[in-house]
Amino acid sequence: MSIFAELIISIALIVSGIFGFVGSYGLIKLKDSIQRLHAPTKATTLGVGGVLIASMVFFHFEKGHISIHELLITLFLFLTAPITANFIAKTYMARNIKEDELPPSTSSYGWSVYDDPPGTEEDQTRLL
Amino acid sequence: MIEYALIFAATCYGVALLLDLWRIAKGPDAADRILALDTMVINVIALLVLYGVWRGTAIYFEPAMLIAMVGFVSTVAYCRFVLRGDIIE
Repeated sequence: MSIFAELIISIALIVSGIFGFVGSYGLIKLKDSIQRLHAPTKATTLGVGGVLIASMVFFHFEKGHISIHELLITLFLFLTAPITANFIAKTYMARNIKEDELPPSTSSYGWSVYDDPPGTEEDQTRLL
Repeated sequence: MIEYALIFAATCYGVALLLDLWRIAKGPDAADRILALDTMVINVIALLVLYGVWRGTAIYFEPAMLIAMVGFVSTVAYCRFVLRGDIIE
């Protein structure tokens, strides 16, 4: 393996390690629960992304073929990270924020954390 | 050079796992604990891929993929349990 490939792999690994550590350090450093929601996104995108880039470059130079598995993991994490963050924020809101502290939802239904979804039959006919 | 970078990255993720564990033990709200558990899953995925590079084998990608899926499903299930009192209504 050439020195250039080793340099790329090492830089990606060190950057990802630093970002993975920063993500968890922010988890204990930030004060509020909603602020804490911000920190681990760094570990998700740059941390795991750096490790997977290093792994792709490594196996490209080691085995001589391009592997797609890493891109699958990255794609799955990128797809699921917003859903997870949304669910955790809703969990925090449902337990800590009262309904009258929020602004109105400006539609015929309330916020989904507090109200049932519009699924009954008279709701469907009203939508039609 | 790759070995030292691997050791550095694995150490970073190990310390990150300990910090997540501290947040799980302390966390004042259930949302903090769920968030710390989700971060632990992500750190373990990174550690698995690092171990695969260390051993020079590509067999650890499937476990990493499976852990990513199971971690997402368990996070959503835990959140729904706290939100609605039930997982599948």
